[in-house]
This record gives sequence, C-alpha cells and structure tokens, in this order.
Amino acid sequence: MRNKVHTPDNTKDEITIKGIGAAPGIAVGPAYVYSKQIPTVEEKSISQEEIEGEIERLRAANVRSEKELQKIHSFAEQKLGTQNAKIFEAQIMILNDSILMSTIEKRIKAERKNAESVVFDEISKYKRLMLAARDEYMHERAHDVEDVMNRIIRNIQDQRLFSRLEGEAIVITETLAPADAVIFSRNKILGYATDLGGITSHAALLSRSLKIPAAVGLRKATAIIQSGDFVALDGYAGTITIHPSEETITSLQSKAKRFTEFEEQLATIAKLPAVTKDNRTVELSSNVEFLEGVEFSLLQGSAGVGLYRTESQVLGQGQYPSEEEQFKEYEQAAEKVFPHSVIFRTFDIGGDKLAPEFYHEENPFLGWRGIRVCLDRPEMFLTQLRALLRASTRKNVRIMFPMVSTVQEVRLAKDFVHRAKEELRSRHCAFDANLKIGVMIEVPSAAMLAADIAHEVDFLSIGTNDLIQYLLAVDRDNSAVAPLYQQFHPAVLRTIKMVIDAGHSNDTWVGMCGEMAGDPLATILLLGLGIDELSVVPTVLPEIKKIIRSVSHKQAREIAESVLTLSTEQEIKDYLYTTTAKILPEIPLEV
Amino acid sequence: MIEREVRIRNKAGLHTRPAASIVKTAARFESEFTISKDGFEINGKSIIGVMTLAAEQGSTLLLRFDGPDEEAAATAVVDLFDRGFDEE
Repeated sequence: MRNKVHTPDNTKDEITIKGIGAAPGIAVGPAYVYSKQIPTVEEKSISQEEIEGEIERLRAANVRSEKELQKIHSFAEQKLGTQNAKIFEAQIMILNDSILMSTIEKRIKAERKNAESVVFDEISKYKRLMLAARDEYMHERAHDVEDVMNRIIRNIQDQRLFSRLEGEAIVITETLAPADAVIFSRNKILGYATDLGGITSHAALLSRSLKIPAAVGLRKATAIIQSGDFVALDGYAGTITIHPSEETITSLQSKAKRFTEFEEQLATIAKLPAVTKDNRTVELSSNVEFLEGVEFSLLQGSAGVGLYRTESQVLGQGQYPSEEEQFKEYEQAAEKVFPHSVIFRTFDIGGDKLAPEFYHEENPFLGWRGIRVCLDRPEMFLTQLRALLRASTRKNVRIMFPMVSTVQEVRLAKDFVHRAKEELRSRHCAFDANLKIGVMIEVPSAAMLAADIAHEVDFLSIGTNDLIQYLLAVDRDNSAVAPLYQQFHPAVLRTIKMVIDAGHSNDTWVGMCGEMAGDPLATILLLGLGIDELSVVPTVLPEIKKIIRSVSHKQAREIAESVLTLSTEQEIKDYLYTTTAKILPEIPLEV
Repeated sequence: MIEREVRIRNKAGLHTRPAASIVKTAARFESEFTISKDGFEINGKSIIGVMTLAAEQGSTLLLRFDGPDEEAAATAVVDLFDRGFDEE
C-alpha cells in the first residue's frame, strides 16, 4: 500500500493459497522469503602468521554467539515459558564447552586451517553421531548442535543475519522458530506467513503478541512465492494472494475496515455473559495450549478453559515430564482460571503429534494415539492423573480423555483415575474426590455409542476436526481430497445432533472443542442443536459471544431444524450465511 | 589410572541436565576423565561429548580417571551416577 517500489502487477494472474488465520489484520507489500540461512564453509589453508588472528576470530564469534543466545533465551523464557526456553540453555552449554573449543583451537594451529572449516568439521562429527542414534530425542539434539554450529560459523564469517531484509516486508518462511522471531521483530515486518504450524504454534502466538497479521499452515507458500513478489496477506481468513489485483486489494482493505469496526464493538463484550436473548446461558470457554495462553483467553472474556492441550509439555522435550513439573503447570492454570473451570485433556500424542518414544506407523491417524497410548503406558498415565488430581483442590479441574473408540477404554481410564486417587490418599495428598471426568467424541464409533459413554462419565466434548476426518474418510492435509473435508456436511451435523441428544437423555452436558466451535457460521446452528458449551480459539471468542447474545434459543432451534432438512453442504452454508447475516448484519462472515 | 563401571539409573537417561552435572563435577578435578560406551570413547569434561553418548536407562558405561586426584574424582562422579542424578 504505502510501498512505492512494489505495486500490483496486472500482467500476472493472482494465486491464492489458503491456510489458517493466526493473527488478525491485512498486510499488502513485497514478500521476503526466508529460508534457514546455512553458511557455506570453504576450507582454506592459513599461514603460521595467520593462526593467531584466526583464533581471535573464533573467540570473538563465540562471545557474540553467546550474547545472541542469551538474548533469545530470555525472550523465549518470557514469551514461551521456561520449558520451551530450555533448548537455548543446552545450546549455550555447548558454546561454553571448553574441551570442544580448545580442541578446535588446537586443530586450527596444528592443521593450519581457517576457523570455520574446523568448527564445521569438529562439530559435524558429533551431529553425525547423534543422528545415528535410534532415539528421536537425539535427533532433536542433533539439530541443536547444528544450530550452534551455524551460529558460530555465521559469526566467524562476520555476516550480519538477515541484512538482506531491508524496509517493510511480509515474511514468508517454512516455520517460525522463537529465535527467528526475535530477530525479525527488530525490523519492520508487515506480516508473517508460514508453511507449517497451527493456530497455536509459536509463530501464531508471537504474531498475536506483536500484533502483526499472520497466516500459518500455508503448506507450499515458500515454494510458490519468491522474494520481491507483491503479495496480500489476510490474517482473518488465513490466506495469502500472490500478484493480487487492484480489486482484491480494495476488497481486502474494506474487509479490514469492517473487521476493525466490528472489533471495536466487541471490546465492550468481554465482561458480559454468553447468554441468548431468551436467557439460555452457553459456557463459552477457550482452547489453550500453554500456560501463557490462559491469561490471554481470560482477557478475551472466556469463561474458563474448555480444552487444555497437555501434550505441549511433552512435544519436543524427548521425555514425559515428572509429576512435579506437571503439577506445577496444572496448578497454575487452575489458579488463574478460578472461579471458572479448566478441562485438561490427557496427553494426546501420536497421529501427527510425535511422542517421546518414536514409533513408526504406516497410518498414524488410525494408529497408536490418544487414550491408546495412555492405556499402554500405565506409569506415564498415572503420573499425569496424579498431577491433575493434585491440582484439583479448588474443585475447578476436569479431566477429558482423547481418541476414545470403545466403552471399555472409558472404563479402563476411569480405573486409572481411581488408582491415582488411591495412591494420593496413601500419600496424604489433597484432591477433589468428585472431580468430573469426560470423553472427547472424535471417533465415529464413540459418536454411535455416545449414550453408553455418557452413562459412564460426567460430560462429553465433541472434537470436530478428527470426527469429520474419520466420518468422511478425508485427510484434510491431502490437497487432492481437501475440498471433501466439509465441516457442514449433513452427516457431520446429524452426528453432532445425535451426540448432543444422547448426552442430554443421560443428563450429561455436551460441549464442543473443535474448530467448528469457533466458526461464526456454525454458532446459531450449534445453539439450536442444544450444545451446552463451546470451547474456541481465544481470538474469535468475542465474536462468537456477540452472536450468542444476538439470537434467542427459540430462533436458533428453528434454524437448526431447517438445516437438518438440507442435504448438501452448499445449501447448508448458504442458508446459515443468510440467516446469520439477517440476525447480525454487521458481522463480517467468511464463507 | 582408575576404572569404574556405572549403570544409568534414571529413567530419562543421559539427557542434557545429567550431562551438565557430570561435566560440572568432573571440571572440579585436575585428572583426565573419559567415558566409554560400546567401544566409543569421549572426553567426560565435554558437554557435547557426553550428550553424544545417547546413554539410555540401563546402559553401562566405563569411566576412566587419570591424574593426581583420580581417586577423589572417581568417587564424586560415580556418586552422581549412583544417585541417578537426583532425578526420578
């Protein structure tokens, strides 16, 4: 927009890539494609006289690398928590390894080679050994070692990182590591777009805290876009358009205006309850991945946490956290949320989420994941349950099991809760004896058995992302079939209705914590189907609350009834779009 | 020179934290200190070396101490292994 050099290029067709909106806003400008800069290392012979200078360079590079890492470490600790900052601690330790550094210095002297080639050769040895290990944890450590190595080499070569990034740009990268974001934040960044990552990835969290529009999960953005391409980023819809036309830019700008105006309206809504015009209250809570997310969700006006993804503690750590480590995190979350409640989902590892124990499967989504892993790892499961129970003394903690497909699994999991309670009793630890237990309904068999499962537990929570994928036999990451992944597929909606009815006929409340819960187009329908709780991404919470407060339950029921008579997704979306726009004309809807 | 055989007792094995404790303890002594596992030897005073061992729970390591304070160094390091690095 303000950029004078780059303007829309009408000679090229516009291409739009769809991902996930991670931080709201519109950005238009030149792209800067950032790929992990790997310094090239050339081996050079040096003379006797040059040795001293070479060693000086090495030492100066180490000092500078440590300064950089200390900065990154404290930033990461502040923004992402102590646990996530630990990788940088390990990197600093390697940098301070006096044996390693003296070996490198000795080799420079003895072999008369330039510093960077010796650093490369010596540290690569360790990297290779780590990569040769069977353990997934060691593979990750190999990346740490490589990062440190590249940092030293880069500093030796006296390169200034990202010096090519000048002026304003939309940064396109594969993934955004905490370390990258720190450096980027010093420059003027209009927006972020990443190939990988979800709404709760580090990239998304950072963009939101820095108030920079972002789209994540764009998959092939770095492959298609080249540095200097003129692009338009839509952080609401999660899209990036390459070579956008004048019309596209104008429509995005007016969209930004509409959203900003609507957001101003929403600012006042945080403290108001999520209640329909005819006084039906819906529990409107949020999905949270890190402790840091809890505060943000409360600021957005969330009535507690409807899904706390505990596996974030495990991923990338290479080990299951101890009972104490877990207890600390759960206890703090429960304290922050009080007097509201927090629903902790037990470790949901497997599928696309790597467990500390790496296990190769042909078809991980139909494999060892969720409750299946928990039941097969009694010690790990009991440790988590004890930690959760100990955090429940305020009586605001609930536990939910993922990936349940049989009633037997529910009974086994309940037995484990019972055992964890017994163990705590014998240790004289306090906990909530009546702690509520729930099951995620995300497998079609569990949906079919919702009544039987409801009979066993206190609540059900529909996880739409997996439920849709399993129900429709569509892998939404597979672009060949992605359009068949239909959130408003009539079969999906009828299954949701079935689960809600089954829960209610067993006096069990039914919530929803998948992406659909946070889709403004679905809100009235879900209300009408009788959903008791919606757990959503905190960013959309005020909007969903506004919709709930604009409609009566009676109206919503009528709309839901009409929707259930329709038999294609398109008809359903059109109908919902029209009715929602009629009820709340100022809402900017995405279809 | 003194040799000692130790077993990894803690669940998580020789990950970063225990590796750092070993290096820190060994650094207090003048004696040279090496660790061997499956015929592969590393300098026990180097964090990157100890991390590379990838020693999991139950694996056996051979420790070698050589120098004027080898006795004291061996006692301190072996004690660290015996306590499982004060982890679970």
